[in-house]
Amino acid sequence: MKELSVSHLLGIKYLTTEDIELIFETADHFKEVINRPIKKVPSLRDITIANLFFENSTRTRLSFELAEKRLSADVVNFSAASSSVKKGETLIDTVNNILAMKVDMVVMRHPNPGAGIFLSKHVNARIVNAGDGAHEHPTQALLDAYSIRESLGSVAGKKVAIVGDILHSRVALSNIFALKKLGAEVMLCGPKTLIPKHVESLGVRYEPSLEKTIQWCDAVNMLRVQNERMSMSYFPTTREYAQQYGLTLDHLKALDKQIVVMHPGPINRGVEITSEVADSPQAIILDQVQNGVAIRMAVIYLLAAKIK
Amino acid sequence: MSQKVLLNATEIQIALHRLACQLIENHNNFEHTVLVGLQPRGVYLAERIKALLVEDYGIKDVPLGYLDITFFRDDFRRSEKPLEANKTQIDFIVEGKKVVFIDDVLFTGRSIRSALTAIQSFGRPEEIELLVLIDRRFSRHLPIQPDYRGRQVDAINGEKVLVRWQEKDGEDAVYLVEQ
Repeated sequence: MKELSVSHLLGIKYLTTEDIELIFETADHFKEVINRPIKKVPSLRDITIANLFFENSTRTRLSFELAEKRLSADVVNFSAASSSVKKGETLIDTVNNILAMKVDMVVMRHPNPGAGIFLSKHVNARIVNAGDGAHEHPTQALLDAYSIRESLGSVAGKKVAIVGDILHSRVALSNIFALKKLGAEVMLCGPKTLIPKHVESLGVRYEPSLEKTIQWCDAVNMLRVQNERMSMSYFPTTREYAQQYGLTLDHLKALDKQIVVMHPGPINRGVEITSEVADSPQAIILDQVQNGVAIRMAVIYLLAAKIK
Repeated sequence: MSQKVLLNATEIQIALHRLACQLIENHNNFEHTVLVGLQPRGVYLAERIKALLVEDYGIKDVPLGYLDITFFRDDFRRSEKPLEANKTQIDFIVEGKKVVFIDDVLFTGRSIRSALTAIQSFGRPEEIELLVLIDRRFSRHLPIQPDYRGRQVDAINGEKVLVRWQEKDGEDAVYLVEQ
């Protein structure tokens, strides 16, 4: 089997197309494993992983922890709210203290973009970026692309739309990198205020109309409006946003084709997506969550394989 | 590198028939028995045995699954080459069944040790047996022996036993290769 070309998963930007395909093939095997009566393999029984979450997370953290436990790794958890970070310790000191307890891999979510990259240069452990500010969220992009591959057969040549708050979204940036590397066409949609400037330089198109966007695409990824990251008003009211950019069942019925509806969670029902759409058979939101565990198992397994 | 033929196509065919008959002696109509071919090379032997049981000996239903042991191996991060995973496909209940592991060559016994652990993810079998085409004597690292063997071979450490199958490699033959 091939190996990953990287020693850390810091962002999709640093992966090759072959790396992504290797992760998908490995995730196929782990997806079979997590559907067994006993969902656990002993591969990583001598590996210890620290999950450092300097920012809130439910799904990603649970998903990583389950993935680690299903590979039989030892897991320690840390959240910034109850730690010495509050007492003024620096990131490198915090992590080096944890590594002094013989930890092999660090899964980190941090509010500052590039925190993972910075850490990987200063500490001796494998780093997995579980989201760094509005920069990248590589495992989410991998599981999104993996879910598209599962639903549509492949990613290459498919048309994928990302709708909503692109500006504050690390999911959007990682998704664009991953989808482009796998040969998909990408369109962004949302209020102009929530679209970064010069986004065309990433090789994607922008379309302000949701109706036109879903006409065009094979799969649509509805992003949450990240109110917690907004320092000013980007649109008049939530109700107006929902009217213009909320995906409804009427939108889907008006199409002459079936499109795949995705959402990275957490869903704001009635804002970017209505309840009927979120619960419809076209929505693969819960499949994404299941695939998330398989993808994270694959990433951790492949990175651990390089620890000698 | 020199090589010597251990078994030719006819001899393999005879051995396969004998192994199939021995299985029938112990498992009758395979009502409570399942065959599990070990990935990657055991599956060809498993498919051959199943075909013989069904076509030549009239057994109606022989459940056959494939088990990949990659994630259960004891040399993860220790082997030079990265480990390559294969597909596991076990579409039946193993709980309470008699399981027959099928592999081409029994060498150190470590693969079988991994398989014994791996199969437990699918339930608690009543018993597990081992069928191999080639049993390499004097090379075991673990106390594991086959219940059915096609041929016992004395090979020293520098030698390799190579099993080739028509459907995969273009011929049926077993070679002893000196390296």
